[in-house]
Amino acid sequence: MTEDMIVHGVEWTVKELFVYPNEFIYWSIQIVMYPYMTGLVAGAFVLSSLYHVFGQKDLKEIAQFSLVFSLALLPVAALPLLLHLQQPLRAMEPLLTPHFTSAIAAFGIVFTVYGLIVVSEIWFVYREYFVHQLEALRGSSGFWNAQRRIAYTVLTFGAKDVSDDAIKVDHKAAKILAGVGIPVACFLHGYAGFIFGSVKANALWMSPLMPVIFIMSAVVSGIALCMLTYIVIMEFQAFRQRRKGGAAEAGETKGAEIDIISKSTRYLLGFLVAAISLELLDLIFRGYTAMKSWDILRSVMYGKDFVNIFVLQYTLGNLVPFVLLLLPGRTIKRTVLALLLVLFGVFMMRWNVVIGGQAFSLSFSGYMHYHIPIIPHSLETFKEGLFGALTVIATPFVLFWFINKFVPSLRRGIGET
Amino acid sequence: MSCSRRDFLKDAAGAAFVSSLPLSAFVVLTADEAKAAVANATVRWGYLVDTNKCTGCGMCVKACKNENEIPYDSPVTRTWVERYVVTKDGAIHIDSPDGGRDGFTSDKIRDEEIDPDSIAKAFFVPKLCNQCDNPACVQVCPVGATYKTEDGVVLIDREWCIGCGYCIMACPYGVRFFHPEHKVADKCNFCYHRITKGMMPACVESCAFGARRLANLRDPDDPVTKIITTERVAVLKDEYGTKPHVFYLGLDNSVR
Amino acid sequence: MKRHVLHPLWVAIGVVGLIFFARLLLVPDDFGVHGDSFTYNYHRLGNIEEWKDFPVKYQGTATCSECHNDNARTHRRSPHKRVQCENCHGPAGNHPDDVEYLPLNKERAMCLRCHADLGYPASTARSNLPAIVDRHHKRGRECVSCHNPHDPREDVE
Repeated sequence: MTEDMIVHGVEWTVKELFVYPNEFIYWSIQIVMYPYMTGLVAGAFVLSSLYHVFGQKDLKEIAQFSLVFSLALLPVAALPLLLHLQQPLRAMEPLLTPHFTSAIAAFGIVFTVYGLIVVSEIWFVYREYFVHQLEALRGSSGFWNAQRRIAYTVLTFGAKDVSDDAIKVDHKAAKILAGVGIPVACFLHGYAGFIFGSVKANALWMSPLMPVIFIMSAVVSGIALCMLTYIVIMEFQAFRQRRKGGAAEAGETKGAEIDIISKSTRYLLGFLVAAISLELLDLIFRGYTAMKSWDILRSVMYGKDFVNIFVLQYTLGNLVPFVLLLLPGRTIKRTVLALLLVLFGVFMMRWNVVIGGQAFSLSFSGYMHYHIPIIPHSLETFKEGLFGALTVIATPFVLFWFINKFVPSLRRGIGET
Repeated sequence: MSCSRRDFLKDAAGAAFVSSLPLSAFVVLTADEAKAAVANATVRWGYLVDTNKCTGCGMCVKACKNENEIPYDSPVTRTWVERYVVTKDGAIHIDSPDGGRDGFTSDKIRDEEIDPDSIAKAFFVPKLCNQCDNPACVQVCPVGATYKTEDGVVLIDREWCIGCGYCIMACPYGVRFFHPEHKVADKCNFCYHRITKGMMPACVESCAFGARRLANLRDPDDPVTKIITTERVAVLKDEYGTKPHVFYLGLDNSVR
Repeated sequence: MKRHVLHPLWVAIGVVGLIFFARLLLVPDDFGVHGDSFTYNYHRLGNIEEWKDFPVKYQGTATCSECHNDNARTHRRSPHKRVQCENCHGPAGNHPDDVEYLPLNKERAMCLRCHADLGYPASTARSNLPAIVDRHHKRGRECVSCHNPHDPREDVE
């Protein structure tokens, strides 16, 4: 078959027993990435809001960082959808002719609203810094300084008032936005769960618990990623400082860091317990009510996908990090390992929902197996393959590096509210 | 309209049309548009599959692919035929090689030999889009690229579909797929270009055994409508509440 | 109240305005609810006409009979009368304007679609058709070399 004759899904789907001819794994790795990345965005934002709204002072350090990081993650929540569309050039249509009975139609709108809230909040938090930067750059010469001056001029958006009154207003606005942002972030992700939970044709997806499960695991993964990135960056800075010879300073950094980490861990564990409880409730309910679809669901969950669900997701991704984080005498290394496992566990949860939901035929008489394309040999096998997924994973870090050049979320004493 | 007042009121859909009149009275229609709206209310396409008559020749699948420009050698198809072989021990063997495009010329099912003496019953079941009254696929389209026409057929706008695949996921019958060339969602539309010209769908036309027939459910004199209203017919996957409009005669419990 | 606090709002209004402007520019005029339900009837009206204009390929036996009198007469009297011409001869399309000759499928597999014996009970419609066991009856030969497909009761001279 020629390049333009590829049937979407044939490349990576292997059928077993009786499957309807048109059934393939249409939603593949990018649709696994989509709720995963959206979840990270929502989780990162909720973590930052815990400080901004509920005044959890101990989270201050990580709150600034996770706010900016959620901005870096934001475009990446839309990227997998774009890579997945068969007609990516028509991607704006959900904003042009939104058909609101579809969960996806809301994406453009919720996403835009959420994006505006995050950008606005960051602007209010860092506006003072932008103005100070502009003042510091005044009269400086050189090409790059000129560029930076232009950038900061744009970022101040014409608001150069840094009187105490003005800053107070800024802080109040940031707090309000953070408060409004929490429900919007939960909605952004809850409705990602709704996209799946409302598909009545799919026996595994259809569950009113799905949106709530998605929100809980979103917060878990978001907090985990923020903590992890924070630790890595802080360790790296401490390492650099140590090399410069400031041993005492380095020790101090580490102390503050552990305090923040242990506070964040408490929230992480709380949301993790909620997520696991809901998932188990869903599973028990399906088994107990044993509807028509239970036979095939059971054979998928306890048979074909047993390793994915019970070993990788529940044991390695939930139980092991839970124990690692709870055992006394926690070290940074153990925390990092636990966080990595938590992130992996949430990823496996997304995988088991998206791919697992397509592992059986609508006829309940056959199975489909997903083989992720590794080596791309066409645009489609790149987009919907391992490298497409890695591109999605890498992008937020690149974006964060860039954004952090202008909005120093890791430097202390800036943007305090 | 030629039908009597009583018939007209008996027709639930007709009654629905009457009740919708005061609402639509607010919409300013041109004379032609109004006429078209009334004309459409006299047509609701339905379909009747008689599984007792299907021999599994697959001519319908072949005709459908040719008529609707679905690449002949691609595994996707707008209609397909399933074979069910139920053995005396209760086991159900199902297959549909290439959607039944080349018929069923071998007695093997997925290379498995089934002893003819062990067979309790065997039959063929053609499948196609059910043109549901409450199409789940239409409900979930984020951009209004798929919709139900006034005469009950669900169409897909190839110029507007973004190819997200949500409709494919939402259909409980698995009739939707991505067209290999147009890269948009695709499915059976009862050969809309034929039925609106007074022709039969290609699958109906090509069926030598009368196993597949088209009906205008709003026409009480339509012979196929008469069968649907007077005989015991069933629909597929009723439990999803989609109100499918492809009716089956002789549907077995083992049909998925 | 400091005025600068409203700056992000301006941006938001700008974004919304941009979307509405794009709608004005890019959405076809006939896009809307055509029917009584936003759920099921929200679409571009012109698409219905586009589908109606889709080219017809299968013209039907009646059309074929207009010219091919002899074969049509034989066929009409035979047990094969319910088999459409185009099932074997392929879709006519614009024949004879565009395509002078249609590709005729004479393969054995074509006949086996109906006439292969699958060994199913008599309740199966297939079992009521004359059938051969593929591996036993004249293996590999074209059926039409002996049987006249227009009237299978006749042998080929």
